[in-house]
Amino acid sequence: MAAAERPVVRPRPVYLNLIAIRQPLPAIVSILHRITGALLFAVGIPLLLWFVQRSLASPDAFDAAMRPLTSPFGKLVLLGLVWGYVYHLLAGLRHLALDLHAGIQLAPARSSAAVLLVVSVLLLIVIAVRLW
Amino acid sequence: MTRASPFPVGAHYGLRDWLSQRITAIVMLVYTALLLGILLWHGGLDHATWKGLFASNAFRIATFVFMVALLWHAWVGMRNILMDYAKPMSVRLTLQVVVICVLVAYGGWTVQVLWGGP
Repeated sequence: MAAAERPVVRPRPVYLNLIAIRQPLPAIVSILHRITGALLFAVGIPLLLWFVQRSLASPDAFDAAMRPLTSPFGKLVLLGLVWGYVYHLLAGLRHLALDLHAGIQLAPARSSAAVLLVVSVLLLIVIAVRLW
Repeated sequence: MTRASPFPVGAHYGLRDWLSQRITAIVMLVYTALLLGILLWHGGLDHATWKGLFASNAFRIATFVFMVALLWHAWVGMRNILMDYAKPMSVRLTLQVVVICVLVAYGGWTVQVLWGGP
């Protein structure tokens, strides 16, 4: 009865070295969707409300609210938030398509993730060029 | 496959949250397209155009609907993130309360911006 002496529950191998794990493309799309979402919540919404409130106050306040957008740091923040919004929106559209069972198999899910990443990098460049 | 859990699970909010996440997303998509269209129509953004836009009650209401959708959407998303990464119940609950307070504050701020006068 050697088999009965074996422990019933053995520890499962856990390998969560985030630097060594090679993530598949859909996983990268998914984690970026979360990161952009959290950033929009924590930074995007308050800056948006602040901007709308200040810019509506008076013509002078409007100019003052626009002024940070001319500094390199302001442009970088705006680039991050605008790109984050666009990325989050496009990844959301991909999600809606998957919900409708469009492109749900592995190969199309991988290629739509690749297309999304390429398009969002191109958009990042376009937005950056428009800002600078 | 089902697996017994040591904790009672299943408050049955999963489907409702899944659906509200998507419906609020579509509301925001429509508003974003609308605002982008208006700004392109005016050929940019200056104080007079901006002020005139927010003087319209219809636009204020539309913006309010967008913000409610946004805050609701943010709650579902942030709660999902916290459920995945904040494992100790005390930490998760604390962070969830913080997120709720922040969202309520954003909501109050939104009302102030839209109807608080000049």
